[in-house]
Parts: sequence; structure tokens; C-alpha cells
Amino acid sequence: MGNLTQQLQAQVEAAYQAETALNIIGGDSKSWYGREPVGEALHVGEHQGIINYMPTELVVTVRAGTTLSEIAGALDKHQQRLPFDPPYFGEAATIGGTVACNFSGPRRPYAGSCRDFVLGCTMLNGKGEKLRFGGEVMKNVAGFDVSRLMAGSLGTLGVLLDISFKILPHRLAEQTVVIDADFKQAIKLMNHWAGTPLPVTAMCADGQSVYFRICGAPSAVERSCKEIGGTIFDDGKSFWKDLREHHLPFFDTDKTLYRLSVPPAAEFISLDGASDSDWFIGWGGAQRWLKSDLPFDVIQQYAKKLGGHARIMRGGDRSEEVFAPLSPALMTLHTKLKHSFDPKGTLNPGRMYKDL
Amino acid sequence: MAEQILLSALSKLLPASALLTSKEALTPYECDGLSVYKGLPLAVVLPQTIEEAQSIIKLCQQYHTPIIARGAGTGLAGGAMPTKGAVVLSLAKFNEILDVDVDNRTATVQPGVRNLAISDAVAQHGLYYAPDPSSQIACTIGGNVAENSGGVHCLKYGLTVHNVLGVTFLTVDGELIELGGKALDDAGYDLLALIHGSEGLLGVMVEVTVKLLPTPEVAKVCMAIFDDIEKAGQAVCDIIAEGIVPAGLEMMDALAIQAAEAYAKAGYPTDAQAIVLCEIDGTEGGVAEFIEKVEIVLTKGGAVETRVSQSEVERMQFWAGRKAAFPAVGRLAPDYYCMDGTIPKSRLAEVLKQISLWSDEYGLPVANVFHAGDGNMHPLILYDANKPGELEETEEFGRKILELCVQVGGTITGEHGVGVEKLDSMCVQFGKLELTQFLAIKDAFDDEGLLNPGKAVPTLHRCAELGGMHVHNGELPHPELERF
Repeated sequence: MGNLTQQLQAQVEAAYQAETALNIIGGDSKSWYGREPVGEALHVGEHQGIINYMPTELVVTVRAGTTLSEIAGALDKHQQRLPFDPPYFGEAATIGGTVACNFSGPRRPYAGSCRDFVLGCTMLNGKGEKLRFGGEVMKNVAGFDVSRLMAGSLGTLGVLLDISFKILPHRLAEQTVVIDADFKQAIKLMNHWAGTPLPVTAMCADGQSVYFRICGAPSAVERSCKEIGGTIFDDGKSFWKDLREHHLPFFDTDKTLYRLSVPPAAEFISLDGASDSDWFIGWGGAQRWLKSDLPFDVIQQYAKKLGGHARIMRGGDRSEEVFAPLSPALMTLHTKLKHSFDPKGTLNPGRMYKDL
Repeated sequence: MAEQILLSALSKLLPASALLTSKEALTPYECDGLSVYKGLPLAVVLPQTIEEAQSIIKLCQQYHTPIIARGAGTGLAGGAMPTKGAVVLSLAKFNEILDVDVDNRTATVQPGVRNLAISDAVAQHGLYYAPDPSSQIACTIGGNVAENSGGVHCLKYGLTVHNVLGVTFLTVDGELIELGGKALDDAGYDLLALIHGSEGLLGVMVEVTVKLLPTPEVAKVCMAIFDDIEKAGQAVCDIIAEGIVPAGLEMMDALAIQAAEAYAKAGYPTDAQAIVLCEIDGTEGGVAEFIEKVEIVLTKGGAVETRVSQSEVERMQFWAGRKAAFPAVGRLAPDYYCMDGTIPKSRLAEVLKQISLWSDEYGLPVANVFHAGDGNMHPLILYDANKPGELEETEEFGRKILELCVQVGGTITGEHGVGVEKLDSMCVQFGKLELTQFLAIKDAFDDEGLLNPGKAVPTLHRCAELGGMHVHNGELPHPELERF
């Protein structure tokens, strides 16, 4: 427990010398995500601790192995939180893994993504060199923005050692309202209210109902609920948490769970071989979950037609690609960039794309 | 010789009006908003289509000629300054709003579209584009992405990188690459984040899709007057501690207040030591609740007077002084030099004290305007470029301020970029390993170093020549390199 920088550095250096692969593991809560992991385990989970927390600066710096629950507890004492509402997917979930996956919860379209709140990081590149980018201030344009690049790179560019975040205060009041609506109506409603100044902080639809969460000053919440209409949903708090953690009954499935990221107002067009009960729409229309046995490329083509992209979230064939294909020119840039950080392909090789 | 062949090839590609080569035609492009650094390029080209821009880039690559992309030229760090033998690729003709998608709340625009023109075009739909750098009437969205521009509303609404959903750019090979779109994310590495603030070193932007936000129902400003700048700094922290996220949180010191008042007649008391402007926006009820809280916190924090704007006219009047601070300060001396460091807010008092000591030492007055909410400070050093040696002294003073920003845990540039101006200060903020990684990233995109070379990232050689400046971890920088 504590600062394991030297140990981790030695392990990466040794793997670089030996030209072997490392599989970076934090709390091991997301090993099901991305392509099949390969290589010797590099355990970052015990590299823990809150290094610096300055409530009035709205900044916190934490070691990558710190659990999300420890961070949430510390911030909560000052009525603050990580604004992107990270899903845990397991109590052991660490902040390093969360950043590597760029996972954000239901608040994401209105507050911003995990990547949006990253201010800086210390990392080991594939040679085991310790590098520090960004910082602990909100505005910083010195040098390329490597810290934000790390978000969502699935450990293929570097081993995160610590990360600095912008944090925000809790909102005062919160209420959830529900309105009966099919998917087509729900998408219209969600995008209508997203275009107004009302303080909506989450919206989703399950095919029967559309759910709105409103947070802010008590008077603004009361007024917004009246304007949006529908009925007050008393279990709002646990509902949004269950959605975030994929604990709603919808997510209990043996089929492959696909995630489609599309423009929020993209029309709901049915897909041959999928019924309405196979869909769940979150992020005000921008993130659509589909459970299906259809092949990935069919789902990807469908998402592309809507102006977005698809990925396999859970299940499926993880020895094949699980993320949307990149154009040849873009893949070339990816390969060169990977090489600039990790010249011998030591870190999480193939976790994101086969050839990366 | 190669230059002549390139110019001849460009002249076949472009109409005469889109290829500038005479000294008179090139002179308006000799600098950007930082006019102390100047240079004349080989040529300025003004393509009209993506295909033309592609052909220009391919020709330049063929003749190993540097390419400097340029928007409105309002940058403050010399990022668009031409260098000898380079081709300046102006995106001035890429000035069309291509698509406003009200349902998805996005606008897709060409990079030469002005920042404010986007908000003007979508206002009828109750939407706007949030980032508002002070040059927003003139600066272009392409330049905003290249610099990751900020503004006075960053604390609540983020920087350019938080408000752009997609960018299409040309690589140095002339390949067209699309990143993102109207969805909230894309597959692969977050190159969209990387391209923000990359100062034209990684590609040439040809299209940008921005996120539009609903215009807030109402906005109110609380102006608080202080007789002590330390109290003002503490009051700013108190607002945050209270759990309030203002839309804007700005501060000015005595010299900046006096200059702004003389210039803009905003109603600032000229005997004040500091003014804090705190804007709250949102729904009617919410704003009323929060602005009352803000007023209480500022009063408790020692403000001698607070005023809350009672109308939109009055709100604009409160801001008029702050927004005119730069030109107002410009009237106090023949020249001023604007710094852009960011610091943790809690270190404000000590940093201002040190700046004031140096100001006395150098005999150069400093006016301070400060994006207090996010710690981004703009000390304006007053000087006279016609006095021999005064520019050099000013630059030295400026570098000291930036070193101090790094020492207290901040950065050398919050929103203006490195350009050519802060290359030496980059050696203070980063060590050899980080700089090497930056250069490797540049290499991955542009191995010949043709895109805006000599900007943003210093060579290791330059940092070594500068000697022992990197202040991280108390380690001596580049011990393996020879000193001169």
C-alpha cells in the first residue's frame, strides 16, 4: 500500500528489456472490457493514496490504484465529487482503470466525461520512464495534452501512476420524474428538454418510460419538474445508480452487450433481429445499449448510419476486434503514436485493437 | 531554386489573388497578436477548398517547405508568426457555417469562422457556443482549437476542448482525417483532445463541429469592492468553498481598475485595491438564490461594498471595464507585455506580492487582471519598446513570473499557448523526458517537422543552452548534455 512507483518502474523496465508483454491490472474489476488481455500481470492496485486534495482549488490528485469509493468518501466530506459520475462495476474499481477506460455515468452529457476532468497525470511510458504532464490547475496549455490522451487508451500508451482531476460541488436538490413514452417519443422529449436552460442532469428511456433527473437550487428543481411534467419517481437515486452500474434488470443477459454512441437526436430506427426490449437508451439519446447475438459488424454499420460508432461492451468474441474499425490513415497515426510511447509494444498489447 | 519551383507550382494551382509573394502583400502577415516577434514568409496562400489546401500541403511536403496555418492572427504567443522560407496557409476563406443542427445542438463550421459568429448564427434557436476568449469578435474557431482557448466562462463551461465534438484535419501528407462528429465520443485514441492546443504542429484543421448550449434564462453579476487585495483573493476561495460554481469569477488590481475606469466608465471606484466580479447564470429562481449567497460571502470576506446588477444593461456595464482592461492598460504606456501563467488560487497573494517587488526592482509597472475562478492570471507589464534594453528587461521579468507560477504548482500558460514566446519557459516546466515525449508525438504526426516548426516545443539543445532552469523535483536538467 502506498507509493509503489519504483517497483512498478522496475517491472516495466525489465519487460522492456526482455521485450515481453505486461497486462496492467488495478482492482481487476474491468478485465471483461476490451480485447482479451495478454502478458504478465502488472499490479497497480496497491499504488494507492490521495496525494493532494485542495477543496477550494476544486482539484484532487490521487494515485492510480486508489479505489473510487475511497475518493468519493474523501470528496463527500467537503460536499464535492468527481463530476463525471464514474461507474464502478465492482467495489475494487480504481481510478486508474476508470481513466484508462474513460468510463462516465448518466451525468456525462451534461457535466462532461472522465477525460474532460483530467488535468494532469504522472505515468510510465513503455520504457519505464516516469513522465509528468498537465498539472493541478484548470487552465494549462503548455505542451501537448498527453493527460487527456491517456483517458480511454486502455493502458496501451502508459501506466498511470497518479492523476489530477477538476472536481465540483454537489448540487443542492435532486428529483426524478417519469413520463410514459416509446423510444421515438422519448428521443424527441429528451432532446427537447436538453435544448432548454432547465438543470437536467440525466435522461434515459427503456421503451415504456422516459426518466429525467433534475438537480440544482431547490426552487429551480421544483419549477423544472412542473414544466417537464410526468410523475415524481421516488426511487430516483437508486434507479440512476443501478443504471450506472448496469444493475437494472435490462443488463441481466447472456447475449452480447453492445454500446452505440450516436448523435443524441438520431432517430430510433429498428434493427432487423432486435426488438424494443433489447434496447435501453441513455445519455439523453447519445448512448444506446443493445443486447443481441447479431455480429459486431452489423451493429457497427447500423451505428455508423446513425452518425456514430459501436463497440462490444460485454461478451462477444474478444479474440476479434471489439471497437469500431479505424480508417487506414487514422490507424497509421495510432500505430505511430503507440510506438512513440511504447516502442516495443510492452503495455497492454492488443487490448484495444489487434495491431496496437 | 526549390523555392522558385514551389512558387511556380503554387501559381499554377491557385488564382493570383490567393498567392501572395510581394513584400507589401506579405507584411500584414509578419506577426500575430504578439507583434514583438516578426518574420516574413516565402509566401502566403489562401485556399478556398479542402482540395486546394490538400494540394498546397502536398506541394510543400514535396519541396520540404514548412507550413504555418493561420486563422485571424489574434494569438498572443507568436504561434502564427511566419519564419523565413515558410508558406503561411491562411484559412481566411474557410469562413462558412456548414450546418446548424438544432436537434443535436451542434454547429459544423469551417475553421475560419469567427468565434462570436457561431453564437450570433444560433441565437435564434436559444443556443450559443460557450468559450469566449476576449478576442472573440475577431478570433477564429480553428485558432481556438489550435490554442485550446479559454475565456471568462471556463470555470463553469470549460475550455475549447470541452466544447468541440469533432475536427477534420489534413495531415502533413495531405490525408484527410475525421475525428469525432455529433456523437459524444469516438473510437480509438482521443486524438481530438491531443489536437486541441497543439498549435498547428500536428495537422491543418479544415472543419470543426462544436457543441451548442441552451442560453441561460438569466445572468447576474455581483461586483465587490475591496480595500485589500489579499482579502479579495481569499473571498474568491470562500465562494468556491461555499459550493457555488460561478459562470465567471474575475478580479482586477488597483492599476487595472484605474485604467479600466478611465477608459470604459464602468462605475468602478478608482480608490479600490481590488474588484471581484462574480457572475451567476441559470434559471430565474436559482440565480436569485445563488447571487444572494455570493453577496453574503463577499461581504463576510471583507468587501467594503457589493453591488448586484439589476438589469442586463447594468450587467454589461459591470463587465465593460473588465473586458476593456487590455486596451485600457494599453493607454498607460507605449507598450505592454501580457503574461498568462496559471496558479492555485490560494497562492495568489504571495505571487502578487513577489510580482510587485520585481516591478519596483525593474522600474516597470504591472497591472493585474485575473481569471480568479480558475487561477489564470494576466499580469500586464508596462514598458516602452523604444527605450533601449527595456523590451529585454520586460521579457526577463516576464520569464521570472512564469518560473514563479511553476514553482507554486502552476503553469507557464493557461490559455495563450507557448508559440515562440514561451519556448524558454517550457524548459522550466518540463524535464528532458517529457520534452522528448512531446518531440516523439510530433514525429509520429510529422516526421520531417514541416508543420509550424520551431513553435510550442523547444529542442533539448535549446533547454540545455539555457542551463539549470527546470524546477521539478529539484533535479538538475539534462546533466548528460554539454553546457555552453
